[in-house]
This record gives sequence, C-alpha cells and structure tokens, in this order.
Amino acid sequence: METTVSNETQGSVPLRVEADIVASRQVVRKLAVQLKFSLVDQTKMITAASELSRNTVVYGGGGEMEWELLTDGIKQGLRLRFRDQGPGIADLDLALKDGWTSGNGMGLGLSGSKRLVHEFELESAVGVGTCVSVTRWK
Amino acid sequence: MYRIPILRMGRTLLVTIQIDMEDQTAMALQDDLAEQISKTGANGVLIDISALEIVDSFVGRMLAAISGIGQILDATTVVVGMKPAVAITLVELGMSLDGVRTALNVSRGMALLEAASDGDHRVE
Amino acid sequence: MSTNQQFLVGLLEREKSSILDNWVLATNGPQTSAKVRAEATEIFTAFLPALQSNDAQNSGSSAWQALKNVLENLSASRAAQGSTAGNTSAFVLGLKQPVFDALQRALSADSQGLLDAISSVSLHVDGMAQWTVDAYQRTREQLISRQQADLLELSTPVIKLWEGVLAVPMIGTLDSSRTQLVMESLLERIVETESSLAIIDITGVPTVDTLVAQHLLKTVSAIRLMGADCIICGIRPQIAQTIVHLGIDLQSVTTKATLADALSLALKRNGYTVAKTKIGV
Repeated sequence: METTVSNETQGSVPLRVEADIVASRQVVRKLAVQLKFSLVDQTKMITAASELSRNTVVYGGGGEMEWELLTDGIKQGLRLRFRDQGPGIADLDLALKDGWTSGNGMGLGLSGSKRLVHEFELESAVGVGTCVSVTRWK
Repeated sequence: MYRIPILRMGRTLLVTIQIDMEDQTAMALQDDLAEQISKTGANGVLIDISALEIVDSFVGRMLAAISGIGQILDATTVVVGMKPAVAITLVELGMSLDGVRTALNVSRGMALLEAASDGDHRVE
Repeated sequence: MSTNQQFLVGLLEREKSSILDNWVLATNGPQTSAKVRAEATEIFTAFLPALQSNDAQNSGSSAWQALKNVLENLSASRAAQGSTAGNTSAFVLGLKQPVFDALQRALSADSQGLLDAISSVSLHVDGMAQWTVDAYQRTREQLISRQQADLLELSTPVIKLWEGVLAVPMIGTLDSSRTQLVMESLLERIVETESSLAIIDITGVPTVDTLVAQHLLKTVSAIRLMGADCIICGIRPQIAQTIVHLGIDLQSVTTKATLADALSLALKRNGYTVAKTKIGV
C-alpha cells in the first residue's frame, strides 16, 4: 500500500509484515527527496527508518510508522513515529546502550538510530507498547 | 520468493545486489552462498553492493555472516563498491564490519581475491 | 468583487501616477530613483489584478501569486546587493502613505468608508511586507550556505599526491559539521580517483579533544569500510600527549610525523620504489 506524498504533510504506513519494512524505506526516501535532503542525510534517515521499522515488525508485534513534514520558520524537517502495542521495553537505559565498537550489529537498532537523527524520543511501557519518534532537519 | 542470482567465474562466486532487499531475501542469499561455496569448492566470493543506497544493520550482519561462513569454508569474501553515504551511515550506526574485507570496485576486489588465493591448489 | 473593492481598484488605477511618484520620493536607500520607480511600478501592476479578483480576501489564493513572485524577485535582488531586510520591507510599506492620501482626498466625506478602505489596504500591504521579509530570509540563508560551502572547499582541498594517494591538509579548528563535510568530500574523491590511500595531515590543527578525535576515527572507519586505507600525519607533540592523556585509542590507525613520511609509506605500500639517479638536475 503506497501513501500519496505529493501535497500531504502527514501520513502513515502499516508495519505488519516484513515487506512493510521495505515499503517504509521507500516512503521515507520519497519524503527525504521531496524535502531535498542531502544524500548523506537521506541515507541516514532511511537507514534509521529501516532499523525502527524492523523493531516494530519483529519485536513489537506489528504497528505503524507515522510521518510528518515539519516547518519551523525557515527550517524544514521530517518526523517519523514508530508505534506498536507490543511487549514494551523494560529497561530503557539498557536498550539505548551500545559501544560503537561492537561491530557485529546485534541490538544496534535503537541506539544506532539515535545517532542518525537530530531528535530522538522513546516511550515504552511493559505490556502496553512502544513509541519511538525521530526527527531530522534539513 | 525472489532469490538473488549467484554467478560463477572459475573458483569465484559473484553476487550483485541490485534490489532493495527484504530481510528474507538477504537470509536466502546467505544460505545460497553457503551452499554454493561448499558445492563448487569456490575459494572466493565477491559481493558487489555498488547499487545499494542503504545498508542497515541487518544487511551489515548478513555481509559479516557470509564473510565468516566463507572463512570457515576456506573462501575469501570481499565486498565491493560501498557508497560513501553508506559508509558514513554504517560508521554512525556503529557497525565497523571488522571481519569483512572490502575493496573500492570489482577489479580491485578480483585482484584482492587473486592475491588471497595465490598458492591455493585444488586437489582434483 | 464588492463595491468597496471596485471603488478601491478604480481609485488606485486613476491615481496610479501620483501614488507611484510619492512612493518613490519617500523611499530612502542606495538604489537610483529610476530603479526604485521600476520596482514600484512592477509591484503596483501586480497588486491591482490581485485586488480585483474574487479571491482577493484569501491571501493564500492563486490571485496573489503574481505579486508574490514580484516581491520574491525584489527580495532576492536586494539581498544580493546587500540591502537589509528592514530596508526592503520599509520600501514595500511605503506604498501605504500615498494610497492613504489618495483615499483621504476621495473619501473625505465618508469617514466610515475611509476607515474601511484604509484598514483593507493596510492589511494587504502589511502582508506584502511580510512576504518580502520571508523571501529575503530564505535568500540570505541560501547565500550563506553557498558561501560556507565555498569556504569549506577552499580551506580543505583534497589533493591527489600520487596515483592512488590522496592528501587532505586540515587547517584550523575541527568541528562536527566541518569534519563531516570534509569526510564526505574525501570519500567521494576516493571513489572518483580510485585511490587506495588517504593521508590526513593535521599539522594545522591547534587542538584535538575527544570529540575531534572521534570524528577523525569515524573518518578512518568510513575510509576502511569502503576498501581504502588512511594515514594520519602531522600530529604535534602536544596533541600526542593529549591523545594519550584522554585515553583515546587510535585503533590501529597508522600515524606518521610528517606528510613526507606518510607519502613515503604510501608509495611503498602501493609497490613504488623511489630511486635517486646520479645526475640530479
């Protein structure tokens, strides 16, 4: 399912099955290109989306990605919110920890994504669900 | 399910990833390569990622896994063509892909594989 | 179009010449009066049709697009000339007084009508001044980023030292955004030139703190990820001390004291031997 991104300033993408992870990458690419992000910024944002989408599908039991085009005066930005009603994260500090020399990639989704964006917010409650919000400004 | 084709050139296996892969496609590639290395006795694997605009931690882990598997099966793996933006992002993400050999492009990659297989005699 | 609108448009058309004269007269600034007259006329000419349209009340409608474009161009040209936003918006606001004067002459007997007309014109012209300022801001921002990019390129050139060997002399303080930009351009050049080695010379960097060291290490990691390698040279004794003191692990990065040493190593690694011939001319 594709969302129209031409004139809209917000929308959402379901994250239920593996194929949705690819779809979310493609939506974020369209948005980043639309906002004329630099190539490196595009890559960072799409990669962050990929990590967080996967978390939602694989660990969150499915959910959705909400996107929003932001304007703050002259600045333009893109905000993505990943929501699920999954098991939730018990220890947030632990979830966000990593050594950047770990190298093998396990569990880098949250902490890694944080480094790829300008603003990062994580809300989670055990048994209720998780919401991760990331924002990149142009 | 779409499977990424593996080409064979002498004792080298060549893979060019040109699509935005689903996780299962990446896992299938890993399985297929392991099988092919074993079946053909290949001593080199060249993975061309010059068309990939995104390499996230999942694909990164897959590349590291293939590299490790190859090593156990006595094959050298080289990943070529990583885009600058991808390299910058992987570093920021925290993946150093330490065990994975890389080269700028296919010809450099082939040269690396040749050098690695020098003195490698196949028992027929 | 309401009767009030009709009246206003009619009045403006009739009084066009005198309004423009008075507007230009009251305008201060370095532009020649001929230039100001041309700009004023363009604005006025785009203003009238917008006022006349059925969508005049909605400032976001397409009726106002032509005027917006004119104001955008005005802003851009003034910004490029170095005019301030204040000066440019003051110019646009200067349309009010001559129009009020014309309205007063025409509606001296109708104080309610005069009040309505003045507040309507005021609203429109204020909006115009606002668009002008917004457009001005955008143009200045773009100009500044272009200049920053140029400055960065000039201050951190990527030099091809030899076949397959690039060098980047870093000069001045290394901050996050600068190092990022240098990293990006260095990586691009590595791909373009198919270089296998990049030498980063930090002789010109006065201090290295943990953050800067991290940036450098990230650059080295990215270079290695792509399949090339990196040598850092020009590390001054004080910086070497700082690095040890801060406990920064250079993670097997090759370092050399001088650019010459780095080049020598680079050539050796690439299989070159430098031989001195007997006759050196």
